[in-house]
Amino acid sequence: MALPAYAGPLERTWYYSYRVICAAIFLFLIAPILVIIPLSFNAVPFFTFTPEMLSFDPAGYSLRWYRDFVNNPQWIHSLQNSFIVAIASTILATVLGTLAALGLSRPYTPYKSIIMGLLISPMIVPLIISATGMFFFYSSIGLAQTHLGIILAHTALGTPFVVITVTATLIGFDQSLIRAAQNLGASPTTVFFQVIMPLILPGVISGGLFAFITSFDEVVVVLFLADFDQRTIPLQMFSGLREQISPTILAVATILVTFSIILLTTVELLRRRNERMRGMSPQ
Amino acid sequence: MAEAASDPRDVMRTADGTPLKVSIARALRRNRLMALGLIAPLFLFILFSFLIPIVDMSLRSIDNSVVPDNLPRTVEALADWDGENLPPESAFAALAEDLRDGRESREIGKVATRLNYEISGMRGTVMGTSRRVDRIIESGAFKEGLIDANEDWGKPETWLLLKRLSSPYTFGYYLNSLDLRFDPQGAVEAQPEFRRIYVDLFIRTLWMSLLITGLTILLGYPIAHLMATMPLRYSNLLMILVLLPFWTSLLVRTTAWIVMLQSEGVVNSVLVWIGILSDDGRLELIHNKVGTIVAMTHILLPFMVLPLYSVMKTIPPSYMRAARSLGANQFTAFVRIYMPQTVAGIGAGSILVFILAIGYYITPALVGGTSGTLISNQIAYHMQSSLNWGLAAALGVILLGLVIGLYFTYNRLVGVDKMKLG
Repeated sequence: MALPAYAGPLERTWYYSYRVICAAIFLFLIAPILVIIPLSFNAVPFFTFTPEMLSFDPAGYSLRWYRDFVNNPQWIHSLQNSFIVAIASTILATVLGTLAALGLSRPYTPYKSIIMGLLISPMIVPLIISATGMFFFYSSIGLAQTHLGIILAHTALGTPFVVITVTATLIGFDQSLIRAAQNLGASPTTVFFQVIMPLILPGVISGGLFAFITSFDEVVVVLFLADFDQRTIPLQMFSGLREQISPTILAVATILVTFSIILLTTVELLRRRNERMRGMSPQ
Repeated sequence: MAEAASDPRDVMRTADGTPLKVSIARALRRNRLMALGLIAPLFLFILFSFLIPIVDMSLRSIDNSVVPDNLPRTVEALADWDGENLPPESAFAALAEDLRDGRESREIGKVATRLNYEISGMRGTVMGTSRRVDRIIESGAFKEGLIDANEDWGKPETWLLLKRLSSPYTFGYYLNSLDLRFDPQGAVEAQPEFRRIYVDLFIRTLWMSLLITGLTILLGYPIAHLMATMPLRYSNLLMILVLLPFWTSLLVRTTAWIVMLQSEGVVNSVLVWIGILSDDGRLELIHNKVGTIVAMTHILLPFMVLPLYSVMKTIPPSYMRAARSLGANQFTAFVRIYMPQTVAGIGAGSILVFILAIGYYITPALVGGTSGTLISNQIAYHMQSSLNWGLAAALGVILLGLVIGLYFTYNRLVGVDKMKLG
């Protein structure tokens, strides 16, 4: 919305002040995340900028907290746990969620909205309630304080994202392609891997990434279900922030921000690819 | 086909001779079964890993089986008691035997804890008496022996409490969640002043969620509008500033706000450096309501911007130009033409943000102190510290009811299948 040539002085003032307001809001969004990056290179164990840092004295910066992270067995153990749980639950969630989305997108599926509502519910129910319910039930069947229990819980929390993204991809999907393939003699497996999969792959991958980040970022359920052995990175950060505040947390946070930039880029590229492909497919 | 048409009684048939209608019905049924078969694995998985646990938790909020399970004789002996004065000697005898069995099976602690939720001090009464119960049973004077062991057994209130807890189900936890309780006679009354916390906490949770929703509209609307009216090249760049926080770990963002808001933190230091604050006049921005509101507004802002943006993107810019050319000034054109078309986006974003806000736990726990915590924190407290699981479940069910109500509204307004992610 460029400023029109006929704009009066009042409109001109408003035009520029509006942009300043928007810039301030964007700053509010991004500044907290950017602030922690330089602080993670702090040479002293504080959460604040030291005078040396502000004067860009190299002595004020160090990799101390990154070394601390790498050399601390507790952090490394929770990093491993985070990846084990997140990868396992992502695979489960992606497979289950993609199948269900295919079923939900067929034209003659009965009770569609009720089923959809129930399948989406883990995303809607507040985490504290899910965690409470899972704590009671998983304890009674011996799944609490096991890796398997946390993987199953995270799978349940991650599937709604897969169902939603894959269903969205399938909206532009031409169902007659399936019939055409069957007509040409393809078996159901061939139809799935040769015709359906290549078309919905971007949706499946971005759904999987959502499931991954949901698990990788989840604290509340882990807080209720995990023992010391199953600690994940977010739980380690949570208890770190409550007990002893050390800039190691900022180093971990910086690593996680880098990680989320990579994930964001991947999802964004996939989304654009999906939009391009949908633009080409016949409506 | 020609034959079929020549015979009016006959119907259309497929190649193998079955009527077309039957054949289509069969194909449709197979189609439906296929679809359900694809959905079934996930449905069963969600049922067992998620829905049954939630139902199981909900049942705990009315579960009251501790007393009937562990004091069965007492419950039976009290069934005929009219509640006047003290119960008959047989009830005392029953209690003594139940206490002995409970001590041997080590289950008596549960009864003690359960009674203690209702009358403070009952834990000591039950545990103390159970240690002396063998001697009372030997002596045969149950009533005197029990009252001698602890004078609480000589009070009708204690026995009324036991009688009231005899039923395996109770609404007591729900009453507690609403700052009510049963009086000794079993009528509903308000909790004493110092124990009334939950109604205030629910109101605070709703009020803060509403405030946070309002703030996200206030901050999200201008930037969504700016991005929607910009050329795509620039708006895609700005979108990254919205999506990066969205994809960043919740713990990282909460950590970031601790760094920003603490008394030696970035915000205070900048204000001191500019000269707005004196060095010893630093603001308390964290471990209170302000901390929770600021951090949660930041965390939930992308959930408002994304639906707003997708609605605004569909509004043709020519509408505004038409309004201007018909003589409306910029303000009138915006309020009368542009805003009404964005109401759907505001509604969708608001419900989403509100649903997420009322169930939030992690951020208030870390930056909320005592004045900035929400109902979720109280549920976690009862789960982990006070171990009053029935009350935690009752509070959870009330919260769940609120969320489900909002979810249906959201579904009506927007439809979950139209939810956009990223």
